[in-house]
Amino acid sequence: MSRPDRGPSILRFAAPQNFYPLAGRLAPWFAGIAAVLTVVGLWLGFFVAPTDATQGEVYRVIFIHVPAAWMSMFVYLVMAFWSAVGLVMNTRLSFLMSQALAPTGAMFCVVALWTGALWGRPTWGAYWVWDARLTSQALLLFLYLGFIALTRTIEDPRRADRAGALIALVGAVNVPVIYFSVQWWNTLHQGASVSLTRAPSMAATMLAGMLVMAFAAWAYTLAVALWRVRPMILERERHAEWVGAVLTREAQRQGGRT
Amino acid sequence: MQWESWSAFWNMGGAAFFVWGSYGLTFVLVALELALVFQRRKDTVSRLLRWRKAVGRNGGGGGPGNGSRNESRNGPARAGVESQENETP
Repeated sequence: MSRPDRGPSILRFAAPQNFYPLAGRLAPWFAGIAAVLTVVGLWLGFFVAPTDATQGEVYRVIFIHVPAAWMSMFVYLVMAFWSAVGLVMNTRLSFLMSQALAPTGAMFCVVALWTGALWGRPTWGAYWVWDARLTSQALLLFLYLGFIALTRTIEDPRRADRAGALIALVGAVNVPVIYFSVQWWNTLHQGASVSLTRAPSMAATMLAGMLVMAFAAWAYTLAVALWRVRPMILERERHAEWVGAVLTREAQRQGGRT
Repeated sequence: MQWESWSAFWNMGGAAFFVWGSYGLTFVLVALELALVFQRRKDTVSRLLRWRKAVGRNGGGGGPGNGSRNESRNGPARAGVESQENETP
């Protein structure tokens, strides 16, 4: 299934033994980008963006709330994409990638719900309401948790891959529901402040801070998912010779340190 | 600059609990996730090293395509080392 030395193209990296070192080289760069963007974004959000005319200072939750909510939806779509690729092309790495992304997506989903609750209390008077946006976002969290539980409890890796892929693909239907819920239903949650077709309804510096934080979340997700997928690859490919070489090198490194 | 003083900054116009509660949990979760990811890496490497020693695969031999692919994912940790994995190359 995986022939490492065939094909000069990017497809070469679909082979685990080529992807493993690539992921190791890329992850620190994405982590560095994420750290820099976070510092810039927080500086914009707390020291450049003005106080909101109606909400005062509490609106500053937006700089994590919106990027986290976007990421929680985007990561699920990426998981669904890799699941589809895995099912169609039968590539082991695609399934591992979607499983490596899931905990980070779930984390962002929790952050979006938590910051939303803390923002809702002072502005709406309630930590939680059962409106369409909040309910569909909560459903997304359960889809993440279901995916993680399913892929980790099924013993046979191939069946785990397939079951996970199924829940990722079916659950992806929920993502547009979340996104458009504020248009389709009468929600307490406000509509989108940022869209591709209209001018954003917020101050330029607020928008800049939010977008920078969104890119930071994006780079962070890449870094963590690449770091997480590496030991998963070793585990799956443990019969292969190249894994033996990697482990020996790793043992020497650890032995030299202690 | 938006703030008269640092205490005004930390006070967040009276919304300190909501703003810092949001940022606080986010950073705790990020730190926790990073710690778990690196811990998992260390655990996996040492567990697989032990497993390779147990099945006598350390110096090559074996190679891809000989083992059964569909054994339990927890195989190297507990089950299997004694029974079906114990093949000397």
